[in-house]
Amino acid sequence: MEYIQGIAILIGINLIAVLGLSILTGFTGLFSFGHGGFMAIGAYISAIVTARLHLPFALAIIAGAVSAGLVSIFIGRLTLKLKGDYFCIATMGFGEAVRVILNNIDYVGGARGWESLPQLTSIWVVLGLDIAAVIVAWNLINSRHGRNLVAVREEELAAQMAGIDVYRHKMIALVVSAAMAGIAGALMANYIQFIRPTMFNMAKSTDLTIMVIFGGLGSISGSIVGTFLLVSLPELFRNFAQWRLVIYGLAVIVIMVGRPKGVMGGFELTPSGIRKSMAARRARLALEAEARALEREDLA
Amino acid sequence: MSVVLELKGLTKRFGGLAAVNDVSFKVREGGISGLIGPNGAGKTTIFNLITGVYKVSGGAIEFRGLPVQDKEPYQIAGLGITRTFQNIRLFKELSVFDNVLTACHASAKYGLTEAVLRLPRFRREEKALHEKADSLLEIMGLRDRTDVTANNLPYGLQRRLEITRALALDPKLLLLDEPAAGMNPDETEQLMRLIAEVRSRFELSVLVIEHHMDLIMGVCEHIHVLSFGCTLADGTPDEVANDPQVVEAYLGAEEAKK
Repeated sequence: MEYIQGIAILIGINLIAVLGLSILTGFTGLFSFGHGGFMAIGAYISAIVTARLHLPFALAIIAGAVSAGLVSIFIGRLTLKLKGDYFCIATMGFGEAVRVILNNIDYVGGARGWESLPQLTSIWVVLGLDIAAVIVAWNLINSRHGRNLVAVREEELAAQMAGIDVYRHKMIALVVSAAMAGIAGALMANYIQFIRPTMFNMAKSTDLTIMVIFGGLGSISGSIVGTFLLVSLPELFRNFAQWRLVIYGLAVIVIMVGRPKGVMGGFELTPSGIRKSMAARRARLALEAEARALEREDLA
Repeated sequence: MSVVLELKGLTKRFGGLAAVNDVSFKVREGGISGLIGPNGAGKTTIFNLITGVYKVSGGAIEFRGLPVQDKEPYQIAGLGITRTFQNIRLFKELSVFDNVLTACHASAKYGLTEAVLRLPRFRREEKALHEKADSLLEIMGLRDRTDVTANNLPYGLQRRLEITRALALDPKLLLLDEPAAGMNPDETEQLMRLIAEVRSRFELSVLVIEHHMDLIMGVCEHIHVLSFGCTLADGTPDEVANDPQVVEAYLGAEEAKK
């Protein structure tokens, strides 16, 4: 039971970071390989608040979110005007920079890591924050701001011509995603009670991005499915010991080949999402039928 | 007649090449004006300058008396200038309805917190946005296509959707970049009627780039002709069509002499 709960907490913690990244990558179209860095900021700041300053956990979570958000504003100012791949490379550099800086700060344990942090993250805290994160992400995406993010992803120039401040909306997506990664980091530090910089390396950042892509870009429910599968898969195959990473890798490849848009594509597993995709399918079939009828008329 | 847009000595240089060189003209309020010229004359560059996609190298652009050449593209769109593109740029993966709904965003004023918390103002304004998108699609005859993914629309309807999306911003000036490109004469005819109808129904001014001479001559009240970035002629369709310089630019000097 303890073990299952442990996995559930890990899934829940990752889910917050993945939902944030889903807004940035899935909906706004900006790929980041540095969100491990924002998690690290959240983790270390919250550890300072709980272990060094002995302040309440709630304050630590908020501090983690706010500091990750503030750093992301700074990073965004430097990088958001960069085109496509360059932004991606810049975030990669940022993630590694955070890790190297933390390696050299003895106050937080440096490269050796920082142990015996208080365990404050419970399943209920994680569950509550997960629900809040889903609601925030869902409401944001289904508002005019969220639609503008999607417009930026779909066609940046047309978005500008539609009066959308592209830079500002990219910034919104980046800050929200960074703050959510910060929260996930804070929960992580105060759950496993031990943090060190390598936990937030590029592999961690890539893991988060893979979960978003695996679940399906542009789908909140996809991100949830992706996180569930990819966090629990390695645990399920723990008995196969050395084979589990192979199976994990294979699963990712099979999905990429079989469903290149991710498990869910842009589809949402909600009543309105189902209605919408069925309506789109009907409309497409009607159009095709019409085109065929026209063709027959031409031939006749 | 009052002027909605005025270009004053507009110049754009790319390195040593002047793509647009000292071009001045006025777009009349409530009119349909045409911008024509051979390939590479700088027509689309002028659209990119007006909408702020490119920064001007010299000269000024005044929209209803207000200089706009230093503004960002989204600010210019907010002031009331929108455009369509030569190679259609829709939000491809979105439905027809969502394409228009997205572009309606400026009619709502609720903020991020109001959206995340679903406050009453969010609900009220969202409802108004949906109604606006609905009525626009109705007017533009796309009502029975609302659920189609934009990418799956036939070409002619994609053009129509792009214009509908531009209208969602309540523009004062609509810039159309070769709206009839790739259309057959029937579709071009339909499009001409649509442009004229849109102009009077939405009380806006239109500036259109086009190669289809029948469309330009049929629908425009005023035409500005460019060649190699410079002004060649300016006047009514009849004046322009009989201008020897224009004939030469289009047919070549040798042909024109015959």
